[in-house]
Amino acid sequence: MVQWTDFERATIQNIFGKMDYEDVGPAAFGRCLVVYPWTQRYFGNFGNLYNAAAIQANPMVAAHGKTVLRGLDKAVKNMDDIKATYAELSVLHSEKLHVDPDNFRLLADCLTIVVASRMGSDFTADVQAAFQKFLAVVVSSLGRQYH
Amino acid sequence: MSLSAKDKANVKSIWNKILPKSDDIGDQALSRMLVVYPQTKTYFSHFADLTPGSAQVRKHGDTIMNKIDDCVNHMDDLVSYLSSLSELHATKLRVDPANFKILAHSLLVVVAAYLPNDFTPEIHLSVDKFLQQIALALSEKYR
Repeated sequence: MVQWTDFERATIQNIFGKMDYEDVGPAAFGRCLVVYPWTQRYFGNFGNLYNAAAIQANPMVAAHGKTVLRGLDKAVKNMDDIKATYAELSVLHSEKLHVDPDNFRLLADCLTIVVASRMGSDFTADVQAAFQKFLAVVVSSLGRQYH
Repeated sequence: MSLSAKDKANVKSIWNKILPKSDDIGDQALSRMLVVYPQTKTYFSHFADLTPGSAQVRKHGDTIMNKIDDCVNHMDDLVSYLSSLSELHATKLRVDPANFKILAHSLLVVVAAYLPNDFTPEIHLSVDKFLQQIALALSEKYR
């Protein structure tokens, strides 16, 4: 089981409590599609992903970004059992969506960068460490049911 | 994933904004890396003080950042420009190349925090590729 310090718990609740999911979700997911274009392979039915401007204006990208962040919220509310919380989602991503789990790490990196840009100097090294630890647990849990 | 003309233009344009804050950004990136990825401290056991912002960490952050700044002017010949540094990293420092990615990520996070409006996804893409090319050039002599 993952051990969280008081600082880590408070930091995660604080970051997500203040976050505008409708802004950050689309920004992070859109950025991932731009910076790591091979991730577009899973979104053939999203229409125009031809360039960065198209990706950022694409309503399906925005909608999916919000979906992803709302999914992340489950982990924020269940920090002591993220593995169980994501068991079903992990199976889904493996069996139905066939997503290479390395993509979770890429999206996590983009999310870190978007949060850094929103928080500026408040995104200190300790805050970043807590945030990345949280995302690492999420990424690991999402890959857990793959076989 | 080599650098296109657009990538090079993007890197030069963001670097004009990075340069005035280069010392702070370099210091921040290295300090942050040592906190967020504690395993990287294993390469600095000879430093007396590894706390963020310590004099030695600051100086080393400057050294690294200055060299990255120079690489902006050598994007067409990174492998030859970094040849002796590659030799150093390969034979003397023997830094596992996985750590170049870690430092690159730390640098991207700091740039995003300092220049949120300029660090668009397209710029991010180009800078990520640039740092990867530096990492590749640095690994050139490893084996």
